[in-house]
Amino acid sequence: MAINVRAKYLNKTEEMSFIDRLYLPAIVKGMFITMKHFLFTKAYTVEYPEERKPIAPRFRGRHVMKRDEMGRERCTACYCCQYSCPAECINIEAAEVTGDIRNNHPEDKYARVFEIELLRCIFCGFCQEACPKAAIYLEEFYELADYDDRSKYLLTKKEMMETEGKPVKYRV
Amino acid sequence: MEEWIIDILISLAKTLAFFGVILLWAAYITLGERRFASFFQNRLGPNRAGIFGLLQPLADGIKFMMKEEIIPKNANRAFYLLGPTLFITIALIPWAAIPFGDTVVIAGREVKLQIVDLNVGILFMIAVSSIGVYGIMIGGWASNNKYSLLGAIRSSAQLISYEITMGIALAAVFLLSGSLSTRDIIIAQMQSPWHWNVFVQPLGFIVFFVSILAETNRVPFDLAEAESELIVGYHTEYGAFKFAMYMLSEYINLITASALITLLYFGGWGIPFVDLGRLGLSVNLAGLISVIVFLVKTGFFVFVFIWIRWTLPRFRYDQLMNLGWKILLPLALVNLFGTAVVALLV
Repeated sequence: MAINVRAKYLNKTEEMSFIDRLYLPAIVKGMFITMKHFLFTKAYTVEYPEERKPIAPRFRGRHVMKRDEMGRERCTACYCCQYSCPAECINIEAAEVTGDIRNNHPEDKYARVFEIELLRCIFCGFCQEACPKAAIYLEEFYELADYDDRSKYLLTKKEMMETEGKPVKYRV
Repeated sequence: MEEWIIDILISLAKTLAFFGVILLWAAYITLGERRFASFFQNRLGPNRAGIFGLLQPLADGIKFMMKEEIIPKNANRAFYLLGPTLFITIALIPWAAIPFGDTVVIAGREVKLQIVDLNVGILFMIAVSSIGVYGIMIGGWASNNKYSLLGAIRSSAQLISYEITMGIALAAVFLLSGSLSTRDIIIAQMQSPWHWNVFVQPLGFIVFFVSILAETNRVPFDLAEAESELIVGYHTEYGAFKFAMYMLSEYINLITASALITLLYFGGWGIPFVDLGRLGLSVNLAGLISVIVFLVKTGFFVFVFIWIRWTLPRFRYDQLMNLGWKILLPLALVNLFGTAVVALLV
């Protein structure tokens, strides 16, 4: 006895007709379907180094440090990013702004050392969210693979900082 | 020069040319299979080495030769090495009897484009290819690996059961052509495309095609190397050039199968509705055209094999045995009996 309405259909074993049991018509049909793919469907392959897929506007790639409209470093070494970092990959050493470098920094304090350990970073973007000065962003660069030399994965301030008037030159 | 020296030189040249063509072709089937497979799956396939990836076989070959030769610790060393050697040798031998084309005239004598025109050509080919099981069995057993052994057992069981069906399907063809020589079978089909055995023997053709698909160990009968269950079956433990030898011989078997279909059922080098002899071409040009026609037809069937591979799923072991013994064998017998009766009456 069928337990419910659907079971009545499920339990029914359909007898295959003679043509069905020959299998050959079905095989020919299947071969026409594959041939259709062979001849008419375009390949979905993206040939990577030459061709790239567009990235999302909020994509989180490698870190970039910004300058303000007067060309000064925005970062004031407030440690907000370091506190918010769940991977604890940010290392900041603050110093006082004196003498010559005064017109390079908006406040009295600046980050003498600002390092990110890329191998620890999980690219969550919390540093970017926490920054009150809009100084750090995770931008579109994502080709971070390398071999052999792990020192390359310690991202220093010099490598992250925008040069004046120009976008950051990516390395790694 | 003495007559016999010329004979030997021509034979040698033919042999070398044949094996060169076959090995090169087999190497390029590896590329063809990969690229066609990707077209069937809406991909591009290997296209980086050379234009359209045409240097890929070369790159693969270099890779296979450079790799470390590993022999498993508990393998039977002698048999482990014998396996691939035997397999590739046996895969190449049937080509002695396959005619690539009609005759040409070299140094004032007629040369058949065939290494030897045996009067038992097909029988010889089937006899040799049935020894191929030993290459698989020895390789699978000597690796001392359960997957290899299982693959080898499956493969040999499959080869043995489908050989019978294939032989009986062929017997009907022999009845019609009245000869076992490959050349005579082709010439018997020459009159018109309606004399091609595929139209005279449609049932026999289907049986033969399915059996030869099983003989070449290809999808849907690739139980011997079922990746999902047995890794790759009997050559699981083989690496580097020994693996390449197994792969190459499987592809050579594929070409052999296609050539067999061409010459037995599709009129060999005959062009439909065109009689090369009456066009008034020189003998050598006609011979060259016949070679091209034969290669094109064979190449088409190689493509059909690849096409089938990317269409059908794999059979289960019991389904395979069922199909072989309970369906194809009776069909082949009925076909043989019917052909015999008709041949007797007509």
